[in-house]
Amino acid sequence: MHTLKSPFFWIVLIVLSALAALPVLTNSTAMREDMFLILMLMILASSINIIMGYTGYVSFGHIVFFGLGGYVAFFLTREFQVHFVLAALVGGICASTIAFLIGLPVLRLRGAYFALATIGINEAFRAFFTNFEPWGGSVGMFFNIAVYDAYGGAKNAGQLAYYAMVGLALVTVATSFLIKKSRFGLGLMAIREDQDAAMVLGVHPARYKVITYTISAFFPAMAGAIFFFKNGLIEPGPAFELHRSIEALVMVMLGGYGTVTGPIVGAIVYERLRGFLITDPTLSNAHLVIAGVMLLLIVLFMTAGVVGWVRQRVPALRRYLE
Amino acid sequence: MNTNDAVILRVENVSKRFGGLLALDRVTLSVKQGEIFGIIGPNGAGKTTLFNVINGVYPPTEGRIFFRGEDVTNLPPYELARRGLARTFQVVRPLGELTVRENVIAGACFGREHLPLEKAERIADEMIEFVGLGARKEMLASKLNVAQKKRLELARALAARPIVLLLDEVLAGLNPHEISDMLTVIRQIREQGITILMIEHLMHAIMNLSDRVFVLDYGAQIAEGTPQEVSNNPRVIEAYLGDPDVARRFLEGTV
Amino acid sequence: MNLEGLLASSIDGLMLGFVFGLMAMGLTLIFGVMKVINLGHGPFIVMGMFAILVMSQLGINPYLGLVVVIVMGLVTGAIVYFVAVHRVINAPELTTLLATFSVNMMLIGALTIIFSTSPRGLDLELPSFRAGAVTVLGTRLVAVLVAIAVTVILYWFLYRTRIGKSIRAVANNRDAAELMGINSTWVLALSFGIGTMLAMVSGGLLATLFSFTVLSGAGLETKSFVIVVLGGLGNPTGALLGGIIIGLLESVTTIFVPVSWVPVFEFVIFVLILLFRPTGLLGAR
Repeated sequence: MHTLKSPFFWIVLIVLSALAALPVLTNSTAMREDMFLILMLMILASSINIIMGYTGYVSFGHIVFFGLGGYVAFFLTREFQVHFVLAALVGGICASTIAFLIGLPVLRLRGAYFALATIGINEAFRAFFTNFEPWGGSVGMFFNIAVYDAYGGAKNAGQLAYYAMVGLALVTVATSFLIKKSRFGLGLMAIREDQDAAMVLGVHPARYKVITYTISAFFPAMAGAIFFFKNGLIEPGPAFELHRSIEALVMVMLGGYGTVTGPIVGAIVYERLRGFLITDPTLSNAHLVIAGVMLLLIVLFMTAGVVGWVRQRVPALRRYLE
Repeated sequence: MNTNDAVILRVENVSKRFGGLLALDRVTLSVKQGEIFGIIGPNGAGKTTLFNVINGVYPPTEGRIFFRGEDVTNLPPYELARRGLARTFQVVRPLGELTVRENVIAGACFGREHLPLEKAERIADEMIEFVGLGARKEMLASKLNVAQKKRLELARALAARPIVLLLDEVLAGLNPHEISDMLTVIRQIREQGITILMIEHLMHAIMNLSDRVFVLDYGAQIAEGTPQEVSNNPRVIEAYLGDPDVARRFLEGTV
Repeated sequence: MNLEGLLASSIDGLMLGFVFGLMAMGLTLIFGVMKVINLGHGPFIVMGMFAILVMSQLGINPYLGLVVVIVMGLVTGAIVYFVAVHRVINAPELTTLLATFSVNMMLIGALTIIFSTSPRGLDLELPSFRAGAVTVLGTRLVAVLVAIAVTVILYWFLYRTRIGKSIRAVANNRDAAELMGINSTWVLALSFGIGTMLAMVSGGLLATLFSFTVLSGAGLETKSFVIVVLGGLGNPTGALLGGIIIGLLESVTTIFVPVSWVPVFEFVIFVLILLFRPTGLLGAR
């Protein structure tokens, strides 16, 4: 296929793998924890980019899929000892199915209405899970440490979860690439630029949007499953934390929406910055303020994000920097 | 000029209401395959609305549309595109953040032939050369000037390999040199067998180019026939004299 | 559960509903005039709460303090407009959403630094009234009266003054308003200011009724979304009506279901309205 011949595709995957391999090679748990989080954010940001960057539909409440995948997988692993990777896959499929069913009506809304609806959906699910006693209600669910025995102990389970997250990140980025360079992706971007003109060209907007939304739900769901597996505890608040999806949006804007590398760059920069701000004693209280200022500056002056800006300033690179 | 008598597009008694406003009033016309069919009328006559109804952007309030014998009345625009109907817009609508090339590829990918990317790219390159935008292939569409954007729209519509092409004031905003280039291009398009419906305000252009002309005023048909017949029709002259700009030009002899 | 209990809850809900309505009016006004969803809405409510708190700690009567809050709201709102919104007002929705969200982040961050996230409350003792077996808290009653008063003043302002009319003109058609000589930039700034002012005043009122933290804004903001959509985006009367409905809904349903289920209903209604009647009950503007 077209994309597989593109050298940039392989370069990105290799660089990502190399970064991910660092903690394993240096045997540093701290670095691994760090990378785990960054990879997870990358997956969230890339998924939001698939729906938002390519179609222009802003899924403010996208984190709902993270929570849904997390809960389904957690339940399966805890009650039925399903292997966490399999449970994650099931979680992903469930989330995608829900995305498909919700997407059909909701994607007919435009602009702000869609954004608000996604917030409503997230909050509805969060409120639901807070009340759903069979799955822990407001207290949530937790693993008995014995659950990790099937994986060779808690430490080993952590290792395995890391590898799983790496694998998922690579798959997510690859998918993002494939979509972008495909005819399907071109249709999406036509919808983003001018949905009515796209219809006149022959693009079927409803079909395209729903398929994209369904795909974009799969990866955060699996990421949630892996994250909460490792965490050993899942609660409705952290599972459906609206703030997290907004942070993912910021990462996409920072790195550059509509590009494959944008969310990656955005996730890395944002997380590094946040980590730095939180650990620095003088600035830690101000981290939210600084982040807010940064976001405003990007929104006002650099809407295309870092990668987008480079692509605009150096047109020659545009073909190669996706 | 290969015109045979097959009717390729038929609009039958089409009316369109927007709330209290009757934009189209029982319009009926038939377009033969291979012809250039001009549509003229004063501003606000409903010409673009007619295109929007033919194209599927709005469904008609009454009436039917037949494309190559098939009743396509309530189909959405993408279904019309699949069947071989392409269209340019009066106010250009380029896909701004995509390059010229990507825009035209999109036309090829989703149009009648629904081509896969590689083939679409080759057609796109051909069409870009055909309209003369080759040097600007990799530019972002939003950075083109008006004349270039018009050419982009044309290339994009052509890339879909349409059977019928709807051109909405494709000459507006062009200088005389650009106009004459565009007229040549339109003739070449017809020579490839594509049927063209054109909305135009530039009288000398449309009278020169069209095989037949259809005149709309206040949403209703007031004349139809060859350019000769139409320009001598007193009702047409009256409708246009109601348009002060044309009246002035009548007096100056430049109509 | 008896009729008296139902009545008491309904009255309580109705009164709270007025305050919620006032709160949502700010959000809907901004949307109606400039098609911007102010994601900074929550923090402004919280600002109002803390402003009243500080003033009462300084010995000023909280209700008099509301006057200060009104001025603060207008000024802060106008500043925020010029800093964050003006440049991007014609940009696609995502841009304005993120711009107002950045303001949200900055405000919450700043408030957290100043006040920390511990819960706060005003010690406000007002006499309660009894009518039969129904007790009406004094604070609730005053809050409703203030809310109604502010609403009435707002309507008078929008419909009877020149400036108010120019706001409505700009809301209707910005370009046409400019052609008529209205300086739309100042009108937009003023509208934004009024919107944030309403949020702050409602925050001040809520502070007299409940304890609160810096983080209370988030829940109130999502509640405002629900109310605004229910009533019709951009329609202030709709916001008031929506507020009353939500207030009643919350109080009455707690008789039948555990209180934690109420948000589920609210959000499901929210999504359903967006899907099936996006213009809300009274129609969007």
